[in-house]
Amino acid sequence: MAESNVSLKEAASVEAAGTIDIDRCRDDFPVLRREVHGKPLAFLDNAASSQMPEQVIRAYTEYHSRNHANVHRGVHLLSQEATEAMEGARETLRELINARSSKEIIFTSGATDAINLVMQSWGRTNVGEGDEILISTMEHHSNIVPWRMLCDEKGAVLKVIPVSDDGILDMEAFASMITDRTRLVGIVHVSNTLGTINPVAGITRIAHDHGVPVLVDGAQAVSHMKVDVQQIGCDFFVTSGHKMYGPTGIGILYGKQEMLEKMPPWRGGGDMILSVSFDEVLYNDLPYKFEAGTPNISGAIGMGKAAEYIKAVGYDAIHNKEQELLRYATGQLQSIEGLRIIGTAPEKSSVVSFVIDGIHPHDIGTILDLEGVAVRTGHHCTQPLMERLGLVATTRASMAMYNRREEIDQLVAALRKTIEMFR
Amino acid sequence: MNDKLSQLYQQVLLDHNKTPRNYRVLDPADFESLGYNPLCGDKYKVFVNIDENDIVTDISFVGDGCAISKASASMMTTFVKGRHIDEIEKLFHQFHDMAQGKLDPEKDPNDLGRLKIFYGVRNLPARVKCATLCWHTLHAAVKGKEKVTTE
Repeated sequence: MAESNVSLKEAASVEAAGTIDIDRCRDDFPVLRREVHGKPLAFLDNAASSQMPEQVIRAYTEYHSRNHANVHRGVHLLSQEATEAMEGARETLRELINARSSKEIIFTSGATDAINLVMQSWGRTNVGEGDEILISTMEHHSNIVPWRMLCDEKGAVLKVIPVSDDGILDMEAFASMITDRTRLVGIVHVSNTLGTINPVAGITRIAHDHGVPVLVDGAQAVSHMKVDVQQIGCDFFVTSGHKMYGPTGIGILYGKQEMLEKMPPWRGGGDMILSVSFDEVLYNDLPYKFEAGTPNISGAIGMGKAAEYIKAVGYDAIHNKEQELLRYATGQLQSIEGLRIIGTAPEKSSVVSFVIDGIHPHDIGTILDLEGVAVRTGHHCTQPLMERLGLVATTRASMAMYNRREEIDQLVAALRKTIEMFR
Repeated sequence: MNDKLSQLYQQVLLDHNKTPRNYRVLDPADFESLGYNPLCGDKYKVFVNIDENDIVTDISFVGDGCAISKASASMMTTFVKGRHIDEIEKLFHQFHDMAQGKLDPEKDPNDLGRLKIFYGVRNLPARVKCATLCWHTLHAAVKGKEKVTTE
């Protein structure tokens, strides 16, 4: 574990291997103590943004109250401390996803920004007229829109892997859709709407058999499961800090070094150069080549601290806790008459999307809010998926390591009340 | 029951959601307009017939969305039928101000009558647009922006 200002003892709410001391864990998250509309908060919107533990908040504010300075520049102490903290975070994140080198970890403003980097730099260099980009029906808009933009610009074709009614990727169709014109496969690791976990290692193997690189959108993966980018084998992997107990406005692009080295920079400015004249610019080495301008230093430090927090709790414990919550929530919600769960793949993260006969998700969302339950309602930035499933919107409860059965009970009670009201 | 909840989801609103009034296509219609909230997917079409004296002689709507948007559309159609379009324009602004909490229907002068039940949305910023969507749609329709072409 990387050097940290917060002792492991403080950060860890681990009782024994594979379990979480839930009271201590919840104590780490100050927001969980608040009330909304006079009711205890049941925060079940973690797929939109998970909460930050005290350790992350402290690391974030510590930078601003003690070490605030620009990085990679100053010879003074504060700048050196800021640089060390930020580069330490990069190393922690490298370790978390098992990249070979911290040169492969580029800080971005989030997963969306990271995908746009790949589109602008790799895409505009390697995709031409008549080429094909292959994505899936269950992609988030962030892994659709950049590729749609690229295809429109280049005259390329966006092809879409179908999903079943249960929300399972059609692997047979996928294999048959790769052609000699396919330039990239872009696939979501875990669906934010359905919770479906896609077999990204298998997908990468098949794509690589055809010489096609793969981008994995891991925004919904890193807080729930051990991600090993070398084991997956993907060429690019993106994720966001605020979906893994870190701050907003920060994320990373992982790219294989040999890919990143061949890619041109996409934003120009300070920090991404070795030398500048009006006639010629020499670009900096990885990872700085892709980090123009002063980065989100506190965000990077916070995201690194969030990775430390996850490691201290442990993925086994997180997995056990969240899968138990998923089973409980699924069972409880299924017992509600007129409720239908959307997304029933066998491999799921702790996300339950559902619809209720005759009640619009936005009314459900408002009533749940007034009962203290925070969920997401709407199309979840996956409009094409919603259209495929014949829906306009769903209600989505998404659980994190700090959630309790009591919060599921609060959700279920509020849903029964809603149904009663609308009867 | 929670105050905000009972203020918003009053029985009359729930009733209009369940059995919306004037829920049909008006054919032929002098004017029609499509109202769409891309954030939540609420989508309504409002149809209006207006006579030579600028009086709304008939109005209807179709579409889908949440209870607040549907009830608001239903109650709007029953409320504006038989009124002059200038009067409707005034109501549009009053309704809009009320939904945003700028107009207190119990204190400030207004003609909103039974539409006052939508005052409850002011507490829920995310839902203000649901209540006002049909009014914006009607507003666009009578402004003649989308005159129906009958073949």
